[in-house]
Amino acid sequence: MVAAAVAVATVIAVAFSAAAPVLTADIPREKRRSTYEQMSPATKAMQDEDTANPGMLWVLDGEALWRAKVGAAGRACTDCHGEAPQSMKGVAARYPAYDAKRAAPVNLEGRINLCRVERQQAPAFPLEGKDLLALTAYIARQSRGLPIESSDKRLEPFIAAGRAIFQRRQGQLNLACSQCHDDNWGQKLAGITMPQGHPTGYPLYRLEWQTLGSLQRRLRNCLIGMRAESHAYGAPEYVALETFLMWRARGMPLESPAVRP
Amino acid sequence: MARALINVPPKAKRGEVIAIKTLIAHVMESGFRHTNTGVAIPRDIITGFVATYNGEEIFRADLYPAIAANPFLTFHTVATESGTIEFKWTGDNGYSATEQVKITVE
Repeated sequence: MVAAAVAVATVIAVAFSAAAPVLTADIPREKRRSTYEQMSPATKAMQDEDTANPGMLWVLDGEALWRAKVGAAGRACTDCHGEAPQSMKGVAARYPAYDAKRAAPVNLEGRINLCRVERQQAPAFPLEGKDLLALTAYIARQSRGLPIESSDKRLEPFIAAGRAIFQRRQGQLNLACSQCHDDNWGQKLAGITMPQGHPTGYPLYRLEWQTLGSLQRRLRNCLIGMRAESHAYGAPEYVALETFLMWRARGMPLESPAVRP
Repeated sequence: MARALINVPPKAKRGEVIAIKTLIAHVMESGFRHTNTGVAIPRDIITGFVATYNGEEIFRADLYPAIAANPFLTFHTVATESGTIEFKWTGDNGYSATEQVKITVE
């Protein structure tokens, strides 16, 4: 009798320890889906055709900025990096990347601004401003279709920090990102289908915004929706989340500039 | 920077129906919004669009405040002869933008 009770208890313990990680497990590779697949045919068509994708307006501006000589150094991006279609191919798929000097990951917007301040000796672009989005979109466009990479071992503590934020309940609704995007993706939240939340298309044109926006703007959106405290653009919390989300989406093709509803 | 994306097939057969797609960067501020401090944001929209094919008008549209930013307009026409298709957008605060595209009809 006692032995049977112990056996039952063991079974329960095993069942719990097996069930616990399932709630917060990463989505297996074969089940990962870009939000693109949940979009209407009209929105897909908008993203697929360069002359219908409003994000391309920013890409055009970004190309002009890439060639513009600026700052005290009087240097354009092209003076060091040459032609973006060759030199920037695959770059956006590797960001946020580890910066040894700062001992922290830097996202693509951050890298552009570091280049501006340090190499071009020009003032940094305001975060989420039109120019920074345009240059980011132009660089990200060069990696369209290439798989997201995240293999730098030095990023691991930051991925872990991002994961902790992703799985932490926060805000007045006491929600964690993972509750929607890991545990309940594909289900309905009011009228919309909850996406897995892979950042495959940033910066992207969101029809709701009627403009191009960065991943940080989207994260801010989600935090406000959860009635949690949002951070200032460029905050380390956002960069850690970005680093984690890109690792979580590793292997998925980049779609920048994507279109989302 | 006046920015527009135009999609017209560079070559077409005579009598062929061709699709023309235009996308222009514009904020399309409706005039119904207010800033955080309650000041009304003045209306700033594109009000008219005209397409001409070798000088002849082939398409016209009036635009209103409910139309989203960066308006995308697409329409069809019959390729009659080689020449130029010109697009003109006009709007509030003296806004005006034009684009031209060449088409070869065989």
